[in-house]
Amino acid sequence: MSIILNDISVKYENSPEYILRDVNIEINEGEFVCIVGQSGCGKSTLLKLVAGLQKPCHGNIVCNGKIVKTPGSDRVVMFQEHGLYPWLNVFDNVEFGMKMNNVPKEEREEKAMYYLSMVGLDDYKEYYIHQLSGGMRQRVALARALAMESDILLMDEPFSALDKQTSNRLREELQNICLRTGKTVLFVTHSVEEAVYLADRVIVLSSSTGEIDSEIEIELPRPRTVYSSEFVDLRHKILDLVKGEIA
Amino acid sequence: MRIIVFLIILLCAWQGVYYMAVDVLQVSYAYQVPSPVGIGECLVNLCEDGELFISLGYSVYRCIVGYIISVAVGMLIGLMLNRFKFLADNLRPVILGIQTLPSVCWIPFAMMWFGLPRGILSGSILFVIIMGSSFGISISVYNSIKNVQPIYKMVAETMGTGKNKLYMHVILPACLPELIAGLKHGWSFAWRALMAGEVMTTCTGIGQTLVNGRDLNDINQVALVMIVIVVVGIVVEKVIFFPVERRIALKRGLEEAKG
Repeated sequence: MSIILNDISVKYENSPEYILRDVNIEINEGEFVCIVGQSGCGKSTLLKLVAGLQKPCHGNIVCNGKIVKTPGSDRVVMFQEHGLYPWLNVFDNVEFGMKMNNVPKEEREEKAMYYLSMVGLDDYKEYYIHQLSGGMRQRVALARALAMESDILLMDEPFSALDKQTSNRLREELQNICLRTGKTVLFVTHSVEEAVYLADRVIVLSSSTGEIDSEIEIELPRPRTVYSSEFVDLRHKILDLVKGEIA
Repeated sequence: MRIIVFLIILLCAWQGVYYMAVDVLQVSYAYQVPSPVGIGECLVNLCEDGELFISLGYSVYRCIVGYIISVAVGMLIGLMLNRFKFLADNLRPVILGIQTLPSVCWIPFAMMWFGLPRGILSGSILFVIIMGSSFGISISVYNSIKNVQPIYKMVAETMGTGKNKLYMHVILPACLPELIAGLKHGWSFAWRALMAGEVMTTCTGIGQTLVNGRDLNDINQVALVMIVIVVVGIVVEKVIFFPVERRIALKRGLEEAKG
Protein backbone atom coordinates (compact mmCIF):
# COMPACT_ATOMS: atom_id res chain seq x y z
CA MET A 1 0.00 0.00 0.00
CA SER A 2 1.38 3.35 -0.97
CA ILE A 3 -1.23 5.73 0.45
CA ILE A 4 -3.73 4.76 3.15
CA LEU A 5 -6.43 7.10 4.45
CA ASN A 6 -7.88 5.86 7.76
CA ASP A 7 -11.30 7.15 8.87
CA ILE A 8 -10.64 10.67 7.71
CA SER A 9 -13.10 13.33 8.85
CA VAL A 10 -12.88 17.08 8.32
CA LYS A 11 -15.27 19.78 9.43
CA TYR A 12 -14.90 23.44 10.18
CA GLU A 13 -15.63 24.65 13.68
CA ASN A 14 -18.28 27.11 12.59
CA SER A 15 -20.24 24.62 10.49
CA PRO A 16 -22.23 21.55 11.55
CA GLU A 17 -21.69 19.79 8.22
CA TYR A 18 -18.80 17.51 7.47
CA ILE A 19 -16.62 18.29 4.48
CA LEU A 20 -15.24 14.76 4.60
CA ARG A 21 -16.67 12.01 6.76
CA ASP A 22 -15.26 8.57 7.53
CA VAL A 23 -13.27 8.41 4.34
CA ASN A 24 -11.21 5.27 3.88
CA ILE A 25 -9.09 4.89 0.79
CA GLU A 26 -6.21 2.58 0.00
CA ILE A 27 -4.06 3.29 -2.99
CA ASN A 28 -1.63 0.71 -4.29
CA GLU A 29 1.85 1.39 -5.52
CA GLY A 30 1.79 2.47 -9.13
CA GLU A 31 -1.96 2.97 -9.12
CA PHE A 32 -3.62 6.01 -10.71
CA VAL A 33 -6.64 7.06 -8.67
CA CYS A 34 -8.98 9.87 -9.65
CA ILE A 35 -11.31 11.61 -7.23
CA VAL A 36 -14.39 13.20 -8.79
CA GLY A 37 -17.39 14.97 -7.34
CA GLN A 38 -19.44 18.13 -7.38
CA SER A 39 -17.57 21.29 -6.57
CA GLY A 40 -17.42 21.75 -2.82
CA CYS A 41 -17.46 18.02 -2.14
CA GLY A 42 -14.10 18.16 -0.40
CA LYS A 43 -11.96 16.62 -3.09
CA SER A 44 -9.33 19.34 -2.96
CA THR A 45 -9.38 19.17 0.83
CA LEU A 46 -8.68 15.45 0.58
CA LEU A 47 -5.64 16.14 -1.56
CA LYS A 48 -4.36 18.79 0.80
CA LEU A 49 -4.63 16.33 3.66
CA VAL A 50 -2.48 13.79 1.82
CA ALA A 51 -0.03 16.57 0.92
CA GLY A 52 0.20 17.49 4.61
CA LEU A 53 -0.92 21.07 3.98
CA GLN A 54 -4.00 20.59 6.14
CA LYS A 55 -4.73 18.37 9.13
CA PRO A 56 -7.78 16.10 9.47
CA CYS A 57 -10.07 16.48 12.50
CA HIS A 58 -10.13 12.74 12.85
CA GLY A 59 -8.20 9.83 11.39
CA ASN A 60 -4.77 9.65 9.86
CA ILE A 61 -2.99 9.21 6.57
CA VAL A 62 -0.11 6.82 6.01
CA CYS A 63 2.21 7.29 3.04
CA ASN A 64 4.87 4.66 2.40
CA GLY A 65 4.47 3.40 5.97
CA LYS A 66 4.78 6.79 7.65
CA ILE A 67 2.01 8.93 9.13
CA VAL A 68 1.64 12.25 7.29
CA LYS A 69 2.23 15.24 9.54
CA THR A 70 3.88 17.87 7.38
CA PRO A 71 4.39 18.41 3.64
CA GLY A 72 7.30 16.42 2.27
CA SER A 73 9.20 15.81 -0.93
CA ASP A 74 7.97 12.19 -1.02
CA ARG A 75 4.52 13.52 -2.06
CA VAL A 76 4.95 16.29 -4.60
CA VAL A 77 1.84 18.31 -5.45
CA MET A 78 0.86 19.87 -8.74
CA PHE A 79 -1.75 22.60 -8.34
CA GLN A 80 -4.34 24.11 -10.63
CA GLU A 81 -2.54 27.46 -10.41
CA HIS A 82 0.91 26.41 -11.52
CA GLY A 83 2.68 28.30 -8.71
CA LEU A 84 5.79 28.74 -10.83
CA TYR A 85 8.17 31.43 -9.60
CA PRO A 86 8.16 34.50 -11.85
CA TRP A 87 11.66 35.50 -10.71
CA LEU A 88 13.19 32.27 -12.03
CA ASN A 89 13.40 31.10 -15.61
CA VAL A 90 11.93 27.78 -16.76
CA PHE A 91 15.08 25.81 -16.07
CA ASP A 92 15.60 27.25 -12.59
CA ASN A 93 11.97 26.57 -11.75
CA VAL A 94 12.32 22.91 -12.66
CA GLU A 95 15.57 22.72 -10.73
CA PHE A 96 14.18 24.52 -7.67
CA GLY A 97 12.92 21.55 -5.64
CA MET A 98 16.14 19.62 -6.12
CA LYS A 99 18.17 22.66 -5.10
CA MET A 100 16.15 22.93 -1.89
CA ASN A 101 16.95 19.30 -1.19
CA ASN A 102 20.70 19.79 -1.73
CA VAL A 103 20.95 17.67 -4.85
CA PRO A 104 24.42 18.22 -6.40
CA LYS A 105 24.50 20.77 -9.22
CA GLU A 106 25.40 18.39 -12.05
CA GLU A 107 22.76 15.85 -11.15
CA ARG A 108 20.22 18.64 -10.85
CA GLU A 109 20.98 20.06 -14.27
CA GLU A 110 20.89 16.66 -15.89
CA LYS A 111 17.50 15.81 -14.38
CA ALA A 112 16.02 19.20 -15.10
CA MET A 113 16.95 18.85 -18.77
CA TYR A 114 15.66 15.28 -18.84
CA TYR A 115 12.21 16.21 -17.52
CA LEU A 116 12.03 19.40 -19.54
CA SER A 117 12.54 17.38 -22.69
CA MET A 118 9.96 14.86 -21.43
CA VAL A 119 7.34 17.63 -21.46
CA GLY A 120 8.75 18.98 -24.74
CA LEU A 121 10.07 22.27 -23.45
CA ASP A 122 13.84 21.86 -23.65
CA ASP A 123 14.01 24.75 -26.12
CA TYR A 124 12.33 27.09 -23.65
CA LYS A 125 14.63 26.70 -20.68
CA GLU A 126 15.79 30.33 -20.70
CA TYR A 127 12.26 31.75 -20.87
CA TYR A 128 10.56 33.47 -17.99
CA ILE A 129 7.13 32.29 -16.91
CA HIS A 130 5.19 35.27 -18.25
CA GLN A 131 6.53 34.50 -21.71
CA LEU A 132 4.85 31.09 -21.78
CA SER A 133 1.29 30.09 -22.68
CA GLY A 134 -1.02 28.55 -20.07
CA GLY A 135 -0.39 25.05 -21.38
CA MET A 136 3.37 25.51 -21.36
CA ARG A 137 3.26 26.79 -17.79
CA GLN A 138 1.40 23.69 -16.68
CA ARG A 139 3.98 21.57 -18.51
CA VAL A 140 6.78 23.30 -16.64
CA ALA A 141 4.93 22.69 -13.38
CA LEU A 142 4.63 19.02 -14.34
CA ALA A 143 8.33 18.83 -15.15
CA ARG A 144 9.14 20.46 -11.82
CA ALA A 145 6.97 17.91 -9.98
CA LEU A 146 8.42 14.97 -11.93
CA ALA A 147 11.97 16.14 -11.36
CA MET A 148 11.54 15.51 -7.65
CA GLU A 149 11.28 11.82 -8.60
CA SER A 150 8.94 11.11 -5.72
CA ASP A 151 6.99 7.83 -5.79
CA ILE A 152 3.77 9.71 -5.18
CA LEU A 153 2.35 12.52 -7.28
CA LEU A 154 -0.66 14.49 -6.07
CA MET A 155 -2.52 16.51 -8.67
CA ASP A 156 -5.22 19.05 -7.87
CA GLU A 157 -7.15 19.79 -11.08
CA PRO A 158 -3.90 20.56 -12.90
CA PHE A 159 -5.52 21.00 -16.33
CA SER A 160 -8.80 22.64 -15.34
CA ALA A 161 -7.79 26.20 -16.08
CA LEU A 162 -6.69 25.35 -19.63
CA ASP A 163 -8.68 25.29 -22.85
CA LYS A 164 -10.09 21.95 -23.98
CA GLN A 165 -7.54 21.18 -26.70
CA THR A 166 -4.59 21.95 -24.47
CA SER A 167 -5.93 19.99 -21.54
CA ASN A 168 -6.67 16.99 -23.78
CA ARG A 169 -3.13 17.05 -25.10
CA LEU A 170 -1.66 17.40 -21.65
CA ARG A 171 -3.63 14.51 -20.19
CA GLU A 172 -2.44 12.38 -23.08
CA GLU A 173 1.14 13.33 -22.26
CA LEU A 174 0.53 12.66 -18.58
CA GLN A 175 -0.78 9.20 -19.40
CA ASN A 176 2.33 8.41 -21.42
CA ILE A 177 4.61 9.73 -18.72
CA CYS A 178 2.84 7.70 -16.04
CA LEU A 179 3.08 4.55 -18.13
CA ARG A 180 6.83 5.18 -18.37
CA THR A 181 7.54 6.15 -14.78
CA GLY A 182 5.05 3.94 -12.90
CA LYS A 183 4.20 6.58 -10.30
CA THR A 184 1.43 6.36 -7.76
CA VAL A 185 -0.93 9.22 -8.60
CA LEU A 186 -3.82 10.75 -6.73
CA PHE A 187 -5.60 13.01 -9.17
CA VAL A 188 -8.47 15.34 -8.30
CA THR A 189 -10.70 16.57 -11.08
CA HIS A 190 -14.25 17.72 -11.79
CA SER A 191 -14.05 16.31 -15.31
CA VAL A 192 -15.43 12.77 -15.45
CA GLU A 193 -14.01 12.32 -18.93
CA GLU A 194 -10.54 13.17 -17.66
CA ALA A 195 -10.96 10.72 -14.79
CA VAL A 196 -12.06 7.83 -17.01
CA TYR A 197 -9.28 8.61 -19.45
CA LEU A 198 -6.51 8.59 -16.87
CA ALA A 199 -7.50 6.45 -13.90
CA ASP A 200 -7.15 2.86 -12.85
CA ARG A 201 -9.88 3.57 -10.34
CA VAL A 202 -12.33 6.45 -9.95
CA ILE A 203 -13.67 7.46 -6.54
CA VAL A 204 -16.86 9.50 -6.43
CA LEU A 205 -17.18 11.76 -3.39
CA SER A 206 -20.59 12.80 -2.17
CA SER A 207 -20.97 16.52 -1.66
CA SER A 208 -23.97 16.23 0.66
CA THR A 209 -22.49 13.87 3.23
CA GLY A 210 -18.77 14.10 2.60
CA GLU A 211 -18.57 10.33 2.32
CA ILE A 212 -17.35 8.14 -0.52
CA ASP A 213 -20.30 7.52 -2.82
CA SER A 214 -18.80 4.79 -4.97
CA GLU A 215 -15.61 3.37 -6.43
CA ILE A 216 -15.32 2.24 -10.02
CA GLU A 217 -12.44 0.24 -11.45
CA ILE A 218 -11.56 1.34 -14.98
CA GLU A 219 -10.21 -1.66 -16.83
CA LEU A 220 -10.02 -0.18 -20.30
CA PRO A 221 -6.73 -0.96 -22.09
CA ARG A 222 -4.25 1.88 -22.60
CA PRO A 223 -3.76 4.04 -24.53
CA ARG A 224 -7.42 4.93 -24.21
CA THR A 225 -9.63 6.74 -26.63
CA VAL A 226 -12.62 8.78 -25.58
CA TYR A 227 -14.68 7.58 -28.57
CA SER A 228 -14.87 3.85 -27.76
CA SER A 229 -18.31 2.66 -26.64
CA GLU A 230 -16.92 1.22 -23.41
CA PHE A 231 -15.41 4.59 -22.59
CA VAL A 232 -18.66 6.42 -23.26
CA ASP A 233 -20.63 3.91 -21.17
CA LEU A 234 -18.30 4.29 -18.19
CA ARG A 235 -18.34 8.03 -18.53
CA HIS A 236 -22.13 8.12 -18.44
CA LYS A 237 -22.26 5.72 -15.53
CA ILE A 238 -19.95 7.90 -13.43
CA LEU A 239 -21.57 11.11 -14.59
CA ASP A 240 -24.90 9.75 -13.34
CA LEU A 241 -23.31 8.93 -10.00
CA VAL A 242 -21.93 12.45 -9.68
CA LYS A 243 -25.21 14.02 -10.78
CA GLY A 244 -27.33 11.66 -8.63
CA GLU A 245 -25.62 13.35 -5.76
CA ILE A 246 -27.76 16.46 -5.96
CA ALA A 247 -30.99 14.80 -7.18
CA MET B 1 12.74 66.99 -26.15
CA ARG B 2 9.29 68.50 -25.71
CA ILE B 3 9.76 68.81 -22.00
CA ILE B 4 12.96 70.83 -22.49
CA VAL B 5 11.16 73.30 -24.76
CA PHE B 6 8.35 73.47 -22.21
CA LEU B 7 10.79 74.17 -19.38
CA ILE B 8 12.54 76.92 -21.36
CA ILE B 9 9.17 78.58 -22.06
CA LEU B 10 8.27 78.27 -18.38
CA LEU B 11 11.56 79.87 -17.28
CA CYS B 12 11.11 82.73 -19.74
CA ALA B 13 7.56 83.32 -18.50
CA TRP B 14 8.84 83.26 -14.92
CA GLN B 15 11.56 85.81 -15.71
CA GLY B 16 8.91 87.90 -17.49
CA VAL B 17 6.65 87.90 -14.42
CA TYR B 18 9.61 88.94 -12.26
CA TYR B 19 10.49 91.76 -14.66
CA MET B 20 6.88 93.01 -14.75
CA ALA B 21 6.29 92.81 -11.01
CA VAL B 22 9.60 94.25 -9.81
CA ASP B 23 10.92 96.53 -12.55
CA VAL B 24 7.88 97.71 -14.53
CA LEU B 25 4.90 97.80 -12.18
CA GLN B 26 7.02 97.96 -9.02
CA VAL B 27 4.39 96.14 -6.96
CA SER B 28 6.99 93.86 -5.29
CA TYR B 29 10.48 94.26 -3.90
CA ALA B 30 13.31 92.29 -5.50
CA TYR B 31 13.89 90.30 -2.32
CA GLN B 32 10.32 88.97 -2.46
CA VAL B 33 10.36 87.42 -5.92
CA PRO B 34 12.90 84.82 -7.01
CA SER B 35 13.87 84.84 -10.66
CA PRO B 36 15.61 82.33 -12.90
CA VAL B 37 18.47 84.74 -13.57
CA GLY B 38 18.90 85.48 -9.87
CA ILE B 39 18.84 81.80 -9.02
CA GLY B 40 21.42 81.16 -11.71
CA GLU B 41 23.74 83.82 -10.29
CA CYS B 42 23.24 82.42 -6.82
CA LEU B 43 24.06 78.93 -8.07
CA VAL B 44 27.34 80.20 -9.57
CA ASN B 45 28.24 82.00 -6.33
CA LEU B 46 27.48 79.02 -4.09
CA CYS B 47 29.37 76.71 -6.41
CA GLU B 48 32.39 79.00 -6.59
CA ASP B 49 32.93 79.18 -2.85
CA GLY B 50 32.04 75.48 -2.59
CA GLU B 51 29.37 75.97 0.04
CA LEU B 52 26.71 74.19 -1.97
CA PHE B 53 28.85 71.08 -2.42
CA ILE B 54 29.98 70.95 1.17
CA SER B 55 26.51 71.35 2.63
CA LEU B 56 24.96 68.97 0.11
CA GLY B 57 27.69 66.42 0.84
CA TYR B 58 27.05 66.69 4.57
CA SER B 59 23.31 66.27 4.10
CA VAL B 60 23.49 63.33 1.72
CA TYR B 61 26.05 61.56 3.89
CA ARG B 62 23.89 62.08 6.96
CA CYS B 63 20.81 60.88 5.15
CA ILE B 64 22.56 57.75 3.87
CA VAL B 65 23.80 56.81 7.33
CA GLY B 66 20.38 57.48 8.88
CA TYR B 67 18.65 55.59 6.10
CA ILE B 68 20.87 52.54 6.46
CA ILE B 69 20.10 52.40 10.18
CA SER B 70 16.40 52.93 9.42
CA VAL B 71 16.38 50.06 6.94
CA ALA B 72 18.06 47.77 9.46
CA VAL B 73 15.66 48.76 12.24
CA GLY B 74 12.65 48.67 9.92
CA MET B 75 13.51 45.24 8.56
CA LEU B 76 14.00 43.89 12.04
CA ILE B 77 10.66 45.22 13.28
CA GLY B 78 8.90 44.09 10.10
CA LEU B 79 10.27 40.56 10.42
CA MET B 80 9.37 40.41 14.11
CA LEU B 81 5.82 41.53 13.37
CA ASN B 82 5.59 38.83 10.78
CA ARG B 83 7.09 36.14 12.95
CA PHE B 84 5.06 36.79 16.13
CA LYS B 85 1.35 37.23 15.61
CA PHE B 86 0.76 38.87 19.00
CA LEU B 87 3.27 41.59 18.09
CA ALA B 88 1.49 42.22 14.81
CA ASP B 89 -1.89 42.42 16.55
CA ASN B 90 -0.77 44.76 19.31
CA LEU B 91 2.17 46.73 17.97
CA ARG B 92 1.00 47.41 14.43
CA PRO B 93 -1.70 49.93 15.42
CA VAL B 94 0.86 51.73 17.59
CA ILE B 95 3.34 51.89 14.72
CA LEU B 96 0.67 53.13 12.33
CA GLY B 97 -0.15 55.79 14.91
CA ILE B 98 3.47 56.91 15.29
CA GLN B 99 3.71 57.07 11.52
CA THR B 100 1.07 59.79 11.35
CA LEU B 101 3.30 61.99 13.52
CA PRO B 102 5.25 64.40 11.25
CA SER B 103 8.95 63.81 11.72
CA VAL B 104 9.51 67.48 12.60
CA CYS B 105 7.64 66.78 15.86
CA TRP B 106 10.46 64.48 16.95
CA ILE B 107 12.99 67.32 16.97
CA PRO B 108 12.30 68.72 20.47
CA PHE B 109 12.35 65.18 21.84
CA ALA B 110 15.57 64.38 19.98
CA MET B 111 17.30 67.49 21.31
CA MET B 112 16.36 66.64 24.90
CA TRP B 113 17.93 63.23 24.46
CA PHE B 114 20.94 64.00 22.31
CA GLY B 115 21.45 67.76 22.72
CA LEU B 116 21.95 70.30 19.98
CA PRO B 117 23.28 68.79 16.77
CA ARG B 118 27.06 69.07 16.40
CA GLY B 119 29.38 67.75 13.71
CA ILE B 120 28.43 65.69 10.69
CA LEU B 121 26.73 62.79 12.41
CA SER B 122 24.85 64.18 15.34
CA GLY B 123 22.70 61.84 17.40
CA SER B 124 19.66 64.07 17.35
CA ILE B 125 19.48 64.40 13.58
CA LEU B 126 20.01 60.66 13.05
CA PHE B 127 17.31 60.01 15.64
CA VAL B 128 14.84 62.17 13.72
CA ILE B 129 15.66 60.38 10.46
CA ILE B 130 15.25 56.97 12.04
CA MET B 131 11.97 57.92 13.68
CA GLY B 132 10.78 59.40 10.42
CA SER B 133 11.47 56.46 8.14
CA SER B 134 12.02 53.19 10.00
CA PHE B 135 8.39 52.64 10.98
CA GLY B 136 7.16 53.13 7.44
CA ILE B 137 9.78 50.65 6.27
CA SER B 138 8.80 48.14 8.96
CA ILE B 139 5.13 48.27 7.93
CA SER B 140 5.98 47.78 4.28
CA VAL B 141 8.30 44.88 5.12
CA TYR B 142 5.50 43.31 7.15
CA ASN B 143 2.90 43.84 4.43
CA SER B 144 5.10 42.66 1.60
CA ILE B 145 5.83 39.39 3.41
CA LYS B 146 2.18 38.96 4.30
CA ASN B 147 1.08 39.52 0.72
CA VAL B 148 3.24 36.73 -0.72
CA GLN B 149 0.89 34.40 -2.59
CA PRO B 150 0.24 31.30 -0.47
CA ILE B 151 0.69 29.06 -3.50
CA TYR B 152 4.39 30.01 -3.69
CA LYS B 153 4.91 28.80 -0.14
CA MET B 154 2.78 25.67 -0.61
CA VAL B 155 4.69 24.63 -3.70
CA ALA B 156 8.01 25.01 -1.89
CA GLU B 157 6.78 23.18 1.21
CA THR B 158 5.47 20.21 -0.74
CA MET B 159 8.90 19.92 -2.31
CA GLY B 160 10.44 19.67 1.13
CA THR B 161 11.81 23.21 1.55
CA GLY B 162 12.95 24.05 5.08
CA LYS B 163 11.95 27.22 6.97
CA ASN B 164 15.17 29.17 6.39
CA LYS B 165 15.42 28.26 2.75
CA LEU B 166 11.77 29.21 2.35
CA TYR B 167 12.60 32.73 3.52
CA MET B 168 15.71 33.04 1.37
CA HIS B 169 14.53 31.44 -1.85
CA VAL B 170 10.78 32.04 -1.90
CA ILE B 171 9.54 34.75 0.44
CA LEU B 172 12.35 37.25 -0.18
CA PRO B 173 12.25 37.11 -3.99
CA ALA B 174 8.44 36.97 -3.98
CA CYS B 175 8.07 40.15 -1.94
CA LEU B 176 10.92 42.02 -3.66
CA PRO B 177 8.84 44.36 -5.85
CA GLU B 178 6.72 45.51 -2.93
CA LEU B 179 9.74 45.62 -0.64
CA ILE B 180 11.67 47.93 -2.97
CA ALA B 181 8.65 50.23 -3.28
CA GLY B 182 8.61 50.38 0.53
CA LEU B 183 12.35 51.10 0.70
CA LYS B 184 11.90 53.88 -1.84
CA HIS B 185 9.23 55.50 0.29
CA GLY B 186 11.51 55.01 3.27
CA TRP B 187 14.20 57.01 1.50
CA SER B 188 11.88 59.91 0.78
CA PHE B 189 10.69 59.87 4.39
CA ALA B 190 14.33 59.92 5.54
CA TRP B 191 15.19 62.82 3.23
CA ARG B 192 12.19 64.85 4.44
CA ALA B 193 12.96 64.11 8.08
CA LEU B 194 16.55 65.20 7.54
CA MET B 195 15.45 68.48 5.96
CA ALA B 196 13.11 69.12 8.88
CA GLY B 197 15.99 68.43 11.25
CA GLU B 198 18.45 70.67 9.43
CA VAL B 199 16.04 73.56 9.02
CA MET B 200 14.96 73.48 12.64
CA THR B 201 18.44 73.17 14.13
CA THR B 202 21.87 74.51 13.34
CA CYS B 203 24.38 72.28 11.63
CA THR B 204 26.13 72.40 8.30
CA GLY B 205 23.88 70.99 5.64
CA ILE B 206 21.65 71.92 2.76
CA GLY B 207 18.78 72.65 5.16
CA GLN B 208 20.96 75.27 6.89
CA THR B 209 21.90 76.80 3.55
CA LEU B 210 18.17 77.26 3.05
CA VAL B 211 17.80 79.01 6.42
CA ASN B 212 20.89 81.14 5.69
CA GLY B 213 19.16 82.35 2.56
CA ARG B 214 16.34 83.69 4.68
CA ASP B 215 18.75 85.26 7.16
CA LEU B 216 20.51 87.02 4.27
CA ASN B 217 17.18 88.14 2.82
CA ASP B 218 18.18 86.33 -0.37
CA ILE B 219 15.07 84.72 -1.82
CA ASN B 220 17.05 83.42 -4.78
CA GLN B 221 19.20 81.33 -2.46
CA VAL B 222 16.06 80.04 -0.72
CA ALA B 223 14.48 79.07 -4.03
CA LEU B 224 17.73 77.56 -5.30
CA VAL B 225 18.14 75.33 -2.26
CA MET B 226 14.51 74.22 -2.50
CA ILE B 227 15.13 73.22 -6.10
CA VAL B 228 18.33 71.39 -5.11
CA ILE B 229 16.40 69.44 -2.45
CA VAL B 230 13.81 68.38 -5.00
CA VAL B 231 16.49 67.45 -7.54
CA VAL B 232 18.32 65.25 -5.04
CA GLY B 233 15.04 63.43 -4.35
CA ILE B 234 14.35 62.89 -8.04
CA VAL B 235 17.91 61.83 -8.85
CA VAL B 236 17.95 59.20 -6.11
CA GLU B 237 14.64 57.81 -7.29
CA LYS B 238 15.53 57.80 -11.00
CA VAL B 239 19.15 56.71 -10.71
CA ILE B 240 19.00 54.20 -7.85
CA PHE B 241 15.48 52.86 -7.38
CA PHE B 242 13.96 53.13 -10.82
CA PRO B 243 16.44 50.85 -12.68
CA VAL B 244 16.11 48.16 -10.01
CA GLU B 245 12.32 48.31 -10.06
CA ARG B 246 12.23 48.24 -13.83
CA ARG B 247 14.56 45.28 -14.07
CA ILE B 248 12.41 43.25 -11.68
CA ALA B 249 9.18 44.26 -13.42
CA LEU B 250 10.51 43.35 -16.86
CA LYS B 251 11.82 40.00 -15.74
CA ARG B 252 8.51 39.06 -14.17
CA GLY B 253 6.36 40.40 -16.98
CA LEU B 254 4.79 43.04 -14.77
CA GLU B 255 5.66 45.72 -17.30
CA GLU B 256 5.98 45.69 -21.06
CA ALA B 257 9.40 46.35 -22.56
CA LYS B 258 9.51 49.52 -24.59
CA GLY B 259 11.24 49.85 -27.97
